[in-house]
Amino acid sequence: MIPVESIAAFTLVQTMTRAQRAKVADTAQEVSFAARKRLFEEGGHASGCWLIRSGLIALESVVPGRGAIVLQTLGPGDVLGWSWLVPPNRWQFGAVTMTPVTAVELDTGRLRTLMDADPELCCRLTRGMFDAVLDRLQNTRLRLLDVYGSPRDRVSSADASTSSSASER
Amino acid sequence: MSAAAVTPAASADAMLPVPYRVVDRTVETHDSATLRLSPVGRRLPHPNAGQFCMLYARGIGEIAISISDASDGTLVHTIRDVGAVSRALSGARPDALLGVRGPFGTDWGLDTAVGHDVVIVAGGVGLAPLRPVLLGVMRRRAEYGRVTLIAGARSAGEFLFRAQLADWVARPDLDVELTVDSPAADWDGPVGFVTEPLGRLDVDPAATIAFICGPEPMMRFSANVLLDKGVAADRIRVSLERNMQCGIGVCGHCQLGPLLVCRDGPVVDYATAEPLLAVREL
Repeated sequence: MIPVESIAAFTLVQTMTRAQRAKVADTAQEVSFAARKRLFEEGGHASGCWLIRSGLIALESVVPGRGAIVLQTLGPGDVLGWSWLVPPNRWQFGAVTMTPVTAVELDTGRLRTLMDADPELCCRLTRGMFDAVLDRLQNTRLRLLDVYGSPRDRVSSADASTSSSASER
Repeated sequence: MSAAAVTPAASADAMLPVPYRVVDRTVETHDSATLRLSPVGRRLPHPNAGQFCMLYARGIGEIAISISDASDGTLVHTIRDVGAVSRALSGARPDALLGVRGPFGTDWGLDTAVGHDVVIVAGGVGLAPLRPVLLGVMRRRAEYGRVTLIAGARSAGEFLFRAQLADWVARPDLDVELTVDSPAADWDGPVGFVTEPLGRLDVDPAATIAFICGPEPMMRFSANVLLDKGVAADRIRVSLERNMQCGIGVCGHCQLGPLLVCRDGPVVDYATAEPLLAVREL
């Protein structure tokens, strides 16, 4: 249990009333991790949710022959861990700290019980989680645009010879 | 931004390339190089941060290239090989002669950011036109508030000015976050689009001036993050890129709605740019 004020800045709880935040804070504890600490493994049972205060955490997946590939890094203000919310409650990717990390860790077992008992809390927490998912999705889409790729890769060689003046970036 | 403060008059003189010699060439990435140019005879006016020159490769053509430094009296241009002219320019070796016209266009208006927090967001080769902002701020560091640089690239090997970036990362008076879209095995920094560290950044909207340069979608989405944080559109400056030809607002090739980007840009505030960038194929 931590003071309700200490989680107020996180987007996840922005739409909640103070009383609802207090319930969430009741399931929370402050945690800190050293660098290179594995928080969970891909494929493992999903339990736990972290609101990151400081440091960087890598989401990764292992690709044969290439090792662990970092898909995305999360930092201060971000939410790590939403697979606990929906079946089959399995981590889709692994998570490992890249630097020393401080975070608020939510007891997702107790949180689920609270959500089952309080539909409004459930709605607001799900909404907060949806905001985080949407933000992550939009940023992933931006990377899919590959905007830094060379214009030469995107046009035929004939076009490329005439495109120089408009394509410095 | 000072509006075309140093733009030469629309005269024959402004259309005549002045010979400059390549005195140094640094390979930045697999397709980009930085050239330091020194005048052979007449020296062009000193540029302001954010302006560009027209660089001419003899017998091949001329293109607009932003100035990535001019602090020691030479002209420094960082050029990405994306076509015939830029390939010839970026491949020019020391002692080669190039034609230069300029400097043209509006600047970043660095003086108007004095006393403010400065947020610089660079994507890919967009770091080149922003380097004079950082260098200018650091020359007068005490006059600015918190200074943050967020730079993104496709991968670690695609960052420009890597040695200089390492120096900037080490400076205690500068917050630097470098992020890549696609990490190689030896990259242990952040992975994600520039909008991610920008979204995590604490800003004081009323005290912040932002400078953004990179591919147009990157600038749009980065500006949106800042708008969401409450930074006013006229406090966000972007550098536009169009097909600049004359450099003096005569030929019309670089028209973007009501703007002639070579004269009214490249640097404009986002209140001006936003409606124009929202129009498809404009």
